[in-house]
Amino acid sequence: MSEVTVYAEKCKGCRYCAGVCNQDAISFSEKSNAAGYQFAQVDPEKCIQCGLCYTVCPDCVFEIA
Amino acid sequence: MAVTRVKPKLIGENNQYCSGCGHGILNRLVAEVLEELGRADDAILVTAVGCACMMNELWQGDNMQAAHGRAPASATAIKRLRPENIVFTYQGDGDLSSIGIAEILHATARNEKFTTIFANNGVFGMTGGQMAPTTLVGQKTTTTHFGRDPQFTGMPVKIVELLATLKPAYLARGSVDSIKNINTTKKYIRNAFEAQIDSEGFSLVEVLLPCPTNWHLTPEQALERVGSTVEAYYPLGEVVKRGE
Ligand SMILES: Cc1ncc(C[n+]2csc(CCOP(=O)(O)OP(=O)(O)O)c2C)c(N)n1
Ligand code: SF4
Ligand code: SF4
Ligand code: SF4
Repeated sequence: MSEVTVYAEKCKGCRYCAGVCNQDAISFSEKSNAAGYQFAQVDPEKCIQCGLCYTVCPDCVFEIA
Repeated sequence: MAVTRVKPKLIGENNQYCSGCGHGILNRLVAEVLEELGRADDAILVTAVGCACMMNELWQGDNMQAAHGRAPASATAIKRLRPENIVFTYQGDGDLSSIGIAEILHATARNEKFTTIFANNGVFGMTGGQMAPTTLVGQKTTTTHFGRDPQFTGMPVKIVELLATLKPAYLARGSVDSIKNINTTKKYIRNAFEAQIDSEGFSLVEVLLPCPTNWHLTPEQALERVGSTVEAYYPLGEVVKRGE
């Protein structure tokens, strides 16, 4: 079974990923990362490893392997 | 269906683009295509001037930076001296359609055997969002405070349609505003590089990108504007197909 890794330090909070995830699996942190952005987090219970978030992310935050 | 998706090796860890900048998506698509073609090691990138040139810090393959607008001239020389390598330019719309319009027109007219990835975000990004030749009618920028007025600055330049009269090997326009359009754009980029590999002549893919910072929109609003407004003036599709 593959799983999604989120490299949260690279996230710039654009929210494109949440816009394309049709499983409603992406939410945003309350705390900011070192760059000052509230970062994406994935709910593994909801995620189906479809890869849409990877496709739209400008910052290569997601890895599905 | 579960898939495998891993950052291409040609893309480094951190880019310097703003939140939601379209260059991040497009840089990755180019890297994915070159790796899938097995040509990551012999592809030579020629960057332009502008935010688009920050690709050279992210890019883990061979590259050089050309003078503003002159990447097609540099790429001409590199490709003629090293025809076995894949050579491509990555240029913004300020760079390619303003200061560099002579170079891109003549590279196309000569049907040089390299590829251009043309990143069109409708403004001069790096210098603070001034009007570019591609800025839409009515669009407010730092040099068109009341919106671009065609009586004063003419009409936005459609590069792909303009170059089509010169009959190069391949011309297409894509976008990154939806998963469907990102996937189609990737196919166009693949077609462009395959045209080069088969020595068919010049190939160019224009890609409509958001610049949230200089459009003064949130990234989500900027991406929506690409789909709702920018694509209405710049139609997507293949304008010159391979073998036509
Ligand atoms: C000869 C010269 N003229 C002007 C400039 C200033 N300048 C830097 S980037 C740029 C425009 C870049 O716009 P674009 O190609 O659309 O790229 P973007 O920043 O939007 O990616 C200009 C005019 C320069 N660096 N050199
Ligand atoms: S698309 Fe990427 S950079 Fe944007 S919020 Fe999602 S993970 Fe962060
Ligand atoms: S892989 Fe698919 S389901 Fe999982 S977070 Fe990304 S878009 Fe949502
Ligand atoms: S100013 Fe615009 S083009 Fe430049 S990095 Fe920021 S969003 Fe991208």
